[in-house]
Amino acid sequence: MEQSTAVVFFTGFQLRDIWYLAEAAGRTLLISIISITVGSILGCVFGWMLYSSKWLGAMTLGLVLDAFRSVPLIIQLILFFNFFPIIGVPLDPFTAGTFVLTIYTAALVANVVRGGIEAVGIPMRRSSRSLGMSYWQDMRYVVWPIGLRAVFPAWVGVALGVMKDSSLVSVLGYVELLRASQILITRTQEPFIVLAVAGAFYFALSYPLSKFSARLEGKWQS
Amino acid sequence: MIEVKNIHKNFGDLHVLKGIDLTVKKGEVVCVIGASGSGKSTLLYCINGLEKIQKGEVFVNGVSVHAKGTDINKLRQNLGMVFQQWNSFPHLTALENVALSPRIVKKMSKKEANETAKKQLIHVGLEDKLNVYPSALSGGQQQRLAIARALAMDPEYMLFDEATSALDPELVGEVLDTMRLLAKEGMTMICVTHEMSFARDVSDRVAYFHEGVMEEIGPPEQIFGKNPKSENTKKFLTNIR
Repeated sequence: MEQSTAVVFFTGFQLRDIWYLAEAAGRTLLISIISITVGSILGCVFGWMLYSSKWLGAMTLGLVLDAFRSVPLIIQLILFFNFFPIIGVPLDPFTAGTFVLTIYTAALVANVVRGGIEAVGIPMRRSSRSLGMSYWQDMRYVVWPIGLRAVFPAWVGVALGVMKDSSLVSVLGYVELLRASQILITRTQEPFIVLAVAGAFYFALSYPLSKFSARLEGKWQS
Repeated sequence: MIEVKNIHKNFGDLHVLKGIDLTVKKGEVVCVIGASGSGKSTLLYCINGLEKIQKGEVFVNGVSVHAKGTDINKLRQNLGMVFQQWNSFPHLTALENVALSPRIVKKMSKKEANETAKKQLIHVGLEDKLNVYPSALSGGQQQRLAIARALAMDPEYMLFDEATSALDPELVGEVLDTMRLLAKEGMTMICVTHEMSFARDVSDRVAYFHEGVMEEIGPPEQIFGKNPKSENTKKFLTNIR
């Protein structure tokens, strides 16, 4: 995507700046969708691994995931962005940012998913196994739907959080929504308007997800 | 025929079953009574392989449950089990609850599975609840749903693990009635229960468990009569009266 550039310093906020922000919001959306989707899929696998092997959970995978959960995202981003060129694979800000955000999402989702599997409980699973279901049938038809519904609100929280945290990718120089607003603020000297519009874009990105999830939860409850 | 041969079960240091022998013939109803922690429920779990055993063997129709090559999922289809907690699948309607395993385990078509499910729900008296979610059912209804769910796999044997213990007193009757119905229809049943009158009425034989040992087994007249063979049986029955 081509980024429009400001020619003159200190010109007021114009209509086309909204388009500039919209483009940036599109990049925020793209980076969020990729990280949340891939991160959630990885998170499901990791969560299952954490659940099924206490040893693996405590000693290896769990430690790595804990590190990703505990170290501030902004530090992870800068470390990885500068680490890849050292090992000879320089990444552009978008790839590096998406990569880190994906792993970060996976670390958060893994624990949500583990909680979901645990929420189903041994007695329920013995019931399904007693009906002749195999381990994977039990997982697919009983544990999965029950457990994931139980932790769905937590997952939505993670997804919304990641969408907002994607703003940190701006430190790598990637012009997403926050970075775009900073550029505009510098040019227009009108932080209130610019930030209000940027905030509105974030809201517009998040609102459909929370609305959709609320409707889904309502449907499950009835 | 279910044959339990000298099985031992440990949970860590706890020796829960200390050499149990029991043979249940087709069509027989055996009730297992005894104090909590005497190993009654564990016996059922060992029969359908939900718990491993440390020694001994269990055969169902001649197939060894705990042998390495046994297809345990196939074997379990023939051993319906009803638990203390009914564990209805909360995301499925009553009909879907019952139809699920016929569909995915027995690979029935959806139509066929639904018909089987409907038949079993009528069987346990839930014909007016087909499309209701478990959250809208009482404990007794959910337990009958669990019975229907097990019956839908068309098992030869049914294992009941304190099926009425978690129910409110006023709901116990409907579940016991359903179990009585099954017994009358000739289902082979092993019932772990605290309902002595049920055990007396329905059983062909009653087994008394005491601290991991089967102290006594015999017809209900022997166990509940004036002179059971074991002093412990006598003591237990006097205490709960």
